[in-house]
Amino acid sequence: MIFGKIGYFSLLFSLIFSFLILFIVIKNLKNKNSEIKQNVYYFSFLQLLLVVLSFLCLVLSFVKSNFSLVSVYENSHTDKPLFYKIAGTWGNHEGSLLLWLVVLVIFSFLFLIKTKNVPNTYKLHTIGFQNIIIIGFLSFSIFTSNPFVELLPTPEQGLGLNPILQDPALAIHPPTLYIGYVGSSIFFSSALAAMMNRFVSKEWARSIKPWIFVPWVFLTIGILLGAVWAYYELGWGGFWFWDPVENASLLPWLASTALLHSIVVLEKRNTFHSWTIILAIITFTLSMTGTFMVRSGILNSVHTFANDPSRGLFILVFLISLSLLSLIIFFLFRPSNVAFKYFNFFSKETSIIVNNWFMMFFLISILIGTVYPIFLEVINGSKISVGAPFYNFIIIPFVAPFLIFMTFGPKLGWIQSDFKKLIREIIYLTILTFLTLLVIIYVIGNIKITSVLILFTSLLLLYSLIIDVLIIFIKGNKSFQAGRLISHLGFGLLVLSIALNANLSVEKNLNIKVGEHFEVDKYKLFFENLIGKTEANYDAIVGNFHLLDGNKDIGYLKPEIRVYHQPPTVTSEASIKSGVFRDFYITMTNIKESDYFNIRFQYKPFMNFIWFSALLIALGGLLSIFKKDKIQL
Amino acid sequence: MRKKIIFLINFFILIFVAIVFYKGLKLDAKYSTEDLVGQTLVNFSTTTLNNSSGKLSNIDIKNNKYSIINVWASWCGPCRLEHPIILRLSRHKDLNIFGINYKDKKKNAISFLNKFGNPYKKIGLDLTGFLSVDLGFFGVPETILINKNEKILLKYVGPLNENDYNKIVSRIRE
Amino acid sequence: MKMTITKLFLELGSEIMQQIFKFLFQIFFILSLYVAQVTADEADGTKLSNIYKNIRCLICQGQSIEDSNSDFAVNLRMIIKDKIEDGLDEKDVYKFLREKYGDWILFKPSFELKNIFLWLFPYAAFILAGFYLFFLVKKNRMQ
Repeated sequence: MIFGKIGYFSLLFSLIFSFLILFIVIKNLKNKNSEIKQNVYYFSFLQLLLVVLSFLCLVLSFVKSNFSLVSVYENSHTDKPLFYKIAGTWGNHEGSLLLWLVVLVIFSFLFLIKTKNVPNTYKLHTIGFQNIIIIGFLSFSIFTSNPFVELLPTPEQGLGLNPILQDPALAIHPPTLYIGYVGSSIFFSSALAAMMNRFVSKEWARSIKPWIFVPWVFLTIGILLGAVWAYYELGWGGFWFWDPVENASLLPWLASTALLHSIVVLEKRNTFHSWTIILAIITFTLSMTGTFMVRSGILNSVHTFANDPSRGLFILVFLISLSLLSLIIFFLFRPSNVAFKYFNFFSKETSIIVNNWFMMFFLISILIGTVYPIFLEVINGSKISVGAPFYNFIIIPFVAPFLIFMTFGPKLGWIQSDFKKLIREIIYLTILTFLTLLVIIYVIGNIKITSVLILFTSLLLLYSLIIDVLIIFIKGNKSFQAGRLISHLGFGLLVLSIALNANLSVEKNLNIKVGEHFEVDKYKLFFENLIGKTEANYDAIVGNFHLLDGNKDIGYLKPEIRVYHQPPTVTSEASIKSGVFRDFYITMTNIKESDYFNIRFQYKPFMNFIWFSALLIALGGLLSIFKKDKIQL
Repeated sequence: MRKKIIFLINFFILIFVAIVFYKGLKLDAKYSTEDLVGQTLVNFSTTTLNNSSGKLSNIDIKNNKYSIINVWASWCGPCRLEHPIILRLSRHKDLNIFGINYKDKKKNAISFLNKFGNPYKKIGLDLTGFLSVDLGFFGVPETILINKNEKILLKYVGPLNENDYNKIVSRIRE
Repeated sequence: MKMTITKLFLELGSEIMQQIFKFLFQIFFILSLYVAQVTADEADGTKLSNIYKNIRCLICQGQSIEDSNSDFAVNLRMIIKDKIEDGLDEKDVYKFLREKYGDWILFKPSFELKNIFLWLFPYAAFILAGFYLFFLVKKNRMQ
């Protein structure tokens, strides 16, 4: 009971401190005082402590099953395992918002104490804008989504948590994503402040770069975790469904990927000022738009929090206000590209422009696909769906050209390039890739024509990078762009793995009863028996399927049908046998009034390659932050 | 000047987006098939629960001033909830209630009706689920109100409530 | 042979080279788009599966009837299979479903006037941006 009160009042006081900080910042700047008062540091730290305290109170309430709090009552149960009691804290709208706030204040404080060698007024302005955002989220939490609302009389037991959400990947997925989203608020505030202080320059780029890369790494991992969870938990065998909420995480990722390429140009060549700022603003705006779509109830999705539109209204007003603010500041303080640098068509600058061009295309396609149904329904009244077939149609053809630019772009030099060398490289690489592709087509046999283009270009990219790495080892270069090499390698591998997986996956859907068996290509599955089992919060029927590859015994697949107690839900748990080169995937549902079960068996090659390559992408980003990587080959 | 124009364009786009999202909040994100309303009932024919009654088809609809087709099943919880309302509707003179028993066992259906009452003039059988799709249904329970000309006047997805009852009654009085 | 090609390229000068590259690039694009479209229904074995993937399960949260095992999905798969085996083609199946359930049941939005913005804006933006960027870079070349 007491934790609820402490938690609530901590938030309230944190809000007061936020206003105080904002007030000090404004006063400081009015006095043209270029020194940052100690107060700002103290209050920021207190602000952080209070929010963290509030969050801990909520976590403790969940752990102790304190059902006097509505959010604990609605989302938890004494039978839940401890890990999921804790994770349950952010498995609901109110709690996840509090987690968001924790990340927000920690990042803001870190920015305050770690940023050095920058103009103080710029730093103050950034903190000012940050606190506007903090005030917005704190108000949203306190006034519309208070996790500490009490319930009297205290219920004996909670309503439990949706069993689909009881999964390790899903437990870390939100915190990871939030670091990505929240991080974008830092460089958003920084962008506005930099404009107002005429600080948009290579020095600004250098100082803000880590604050772009770190959130990007977490956003990449967060998206990966979401896909992994969908694959292991949702039972469809897929990992990306173009669901609006998935798109909501992908959009800021695309924008911030474009941004981190653009900021490199700003740092190295002191050009692309306006565009970099625009990207910084767009990334954060997209994060906020994503938040709006997920929490307002405007969209129909597996992932949306169940919500009332009044919360949506708050976020909408907040989002529009921030957008309006950035629009006004941009047009008042627009960075002028005074010392515009020259560069040729065949230069790194151009290749980064091309990268951004494609990124924006992907971004616009996905953005429009996601929000168009809303627009159409408001304007016209008709309800349409925009799903995978649309996105695949629009995006896939552009992947191959994108990969080609990705292969040759980084080989170009700043300002201009040596032609002769490049053409020779192109020819060698093309021949090598072409030969490999012939081998692959021969070995695999049945490949779709669209896939051939994608396989060719992803192999091209991979070969190019592998050769680069080999050259580095042979020449013994001490300094090289490890980050770029690894991230691009990851991306090439990702596209290759997805293309191979799409072409080589096999599926069989059939009805079967105990004692029977079936075959898929060279694999045999024997439905040996059914076993019942009981766990803490569910009962289950487990099917034992013995998997054989010719004569080799691969093991057992054990799909389950689970009946959870609180809330009463029936789910099918997929059984996945994961290997380096392939996964076996099976789900089972029972057929009403029958001994038969409906089985869906899938052979899915290279799934682990997909996850691994996404990790590589993130790893490359991490490596890019360290100083020694700055030196070019 | 050019700067100002670009600013204004962006400003108005932002306002436009804000308004659309605002209005979007008020929409219901769930699916409701209002499209079916106003359409003509498709031709169908099916066997009945009590064989002696023969078939249930469009002829039955054409012979009545107003008809209701209600998809139900003995295993469906919400159907039990709305059953009293269907019973009340069956007492209206101009209204004939036809049921479609969906993926059910005959004896369970019959015992359901014996226990809770039978409002249906005729009950068609949909053992496979195909008929329901043909009629534009997708779940249980669902109800449509049709007039003599086979035009679909109202459609309800999910169990009928008091409001739905009132709306149906006022519609058949027109 | 390699050497003469290189010499040829260098002789033509970078201006024309850029035009050629841009042109080839566009050809490649259009080719990819066309290929993507045409090969969508390539293998007949997966034709049914592709149709299923395009149809929304109305009682699920965003799943297609290919992925879902709900009553409705299973029903619909059987009905569609029957219709295809009876000789109906993909477009007719979609028409049938749209009449009963509205546009919402299809995951690929129809290419008609009300959806024009959806289908064309990304491409239009890409092309317009392309021209804008091309002239921007052209202007900034070293003289």
